[in-house]
Amino acid sequence: MAKICAVEKKIKINGKEIIVCDETRSKLLCVLQEIQDKKGFISDVDMQDVADKFGIHPVEVYSVVSFYSFLTNKKKGKYIIRVSTCITCEMAGSNKLISDFEKLLKIDCGDTTKDNKFSLEKTSCIGMCDQAPAIMINDRLIGNVTKEKIKKILKELK
Amino acid sequence: MPKTKSAKNNDKLIIFSDIEPFSGIKKAIQSGRRDVLETVRDSNLKGRGGAGFPTGVKWNLAAAATSEKKYVVCNADEGEPGTFKDRILITEHAKLFLEGMIIAGFAIGSDQGFIYLRGEYRSFLPILEKEISLLRKNNLLGKNILGKKGFNFDIELRLGVGAYVCGEETALIESLEGNRGEPRNRPPFPVNTGFNGNPTVINNVETFANIPHVITKGAEWFKSFGTDKSAGTKLLSISGDCKKPGVYEVPFGISVKEVLKLCAGQDAKAVQIGGASGVCVVKKDFNRKIAFEDLSTGGSVIIFGKRRKMLEVAGNFLEFFKEESCGQCTPCREGIPVLTEALSLLKNGECSKEYLKDIFSLAETMELASKCGLGQSSAKAFVSIINNFKDEYNLLKSDNKRKVFNG
Repeated sequence: MAKICAVEKKIKINGKEIIVCDETRSKLLCVLQEIQDKKGFISDVDMQDVADKFGIHPVEVYSVVSFYSFLTNKKKGKYIIRVSTCITCEMAGSNKLISDFEKLLKIDCGDTTKDNKFSLEKTSCIGMCDQAPAIMINDRLIGNVTKEKIKKILKELK
Repeated sequence: MPKTKSAKNNDKLIIFSDIEPFSGIKKAIQSGRRDVLETVRDSNLKGRGGAGFPTGVKWNLAAAATSEKKYVVCNADEGEPGTFKDRILITEHAKLFLEGMIIAGFAIGSDQGFIYLRGEYRSFLPILEKEISLLRKNNLLGKNILGKKGFNFDIELRLGVGAYVCGEETALIESLEGNRGEPRNRPPFPVNTGFNGNPTVINNVETFANIPHVITKGAEWFKSFGTDKSAGTKLLSISGDCKKPGVYEVPFGISVKEVLKLCAGQDAKAVQIGGASGVCVVKKDFNRKIAFEDLSTGGSVIIFGKRRKMLEVAGNFLEFFKEESCGQCTPCREGIPVLTEALSLLKNGECSKEYLKDIFSLAETMELASKCGLGQSSAKAFVSIINNFKDEYNLLKSDNKRKVFNG
């Protein structure tokens, strides 16, 4: 049988030896999410630590970190602003929202402010299409976003 | 917490119809596993994520599999552009699909369930945590549920981390196992070789939400809604150029025209059914029906008003796929940029008839040769838009720029 996941262990069921994936590997994403939450990014040292813990190669941890868009190995701002650019939000003016944010924060989309407070990113559909245009600030979903609303939100967070 | 808007129409069809909480589990325990499996099969309930695989078949296969460990997974990773029905189900009807999961656990003989919640919905985690701890308190989760000896089941919450492709069931399992969310080859199917190689039933939130109703009210009642081939109702997430966007429960077989009437979007020139991986339906086809046998959808309905430029829409979808393709297999990874380039040629009037033919043949290859549903459907919207809106672009008459596809 082909290898299903990297870490396998042998167990005996009814006297028959079978190979299963190690349960702990399944927790890899949970652990990475925890680090991301705590520090805002996952450093090379973290990846090495995690790899040691799970008994896998650090490159494998990196391959997982780099796959998921909410995990990053670069330091980002305290608040990550994600603007949905999917079709419904685009029709409702998400491009305009991005340029409003860019002007107000004085950064380009994809960058972080100098005080490490805000990062600005595009994201795919966030499931708020009935209230387009919508954004996410960290975990918070915000719909029906206007320039006035943006100003108010940024003021609150500053 | 964002404001969530409840379902828009007042029709209480199936999902939103009245039901005594947890009457489904009680009835399931009373009538036994075999009865539950038969009722689900007889109901002709099909997977509500969009692919429409018969739920009863899935459950029966998993129930028949011999394994020490089996799993029930709730796919709450809706990421299709224009879909937000799960948001309503999670924030307002969590009991319903949680009950569906417990019934699934009972039916297939599993003691462990997972909810894979998309990272974007992380703010709803406390709602689910609260509901689950209530269930544990009331012995609806845990050991010997409702006094039924040997019926043990519990649910673990897992968060996605922003990858659309993880809504594909085998990619979701990879992600649950702590890997990159790359789809696996199928077969083997998760129902035999799922989480950690064990039989696993994966269903959409909406599919699970149907289950308590099916069990309590019976297969015949369920089949009285919808069409012969598509039993029941569908939750539609309607957005775009209409006056009343929101989630609607409609019986299968409803026409696009009727949907537009519901949400006050009659001015539409086109409707995208099924999100970025769906098809674009134009006015002359508004009599087509939403059903597995005609327009199959996971629920996304995006409405385009008269002033929308459809090539821009196609561009947005391609951009989405470029971003979300996992990059594992060639037709999808390499095909999408070629389609994107062709679209810009079309916009600039630099695409010839012959080249467009090549592009369509590439789109066909992508549909046939991609590994997963994402790749297979990544060219679908592009093709239907280019075919349906010939008046929005001009083709080059002579073919002096590009003769053959050399992508």
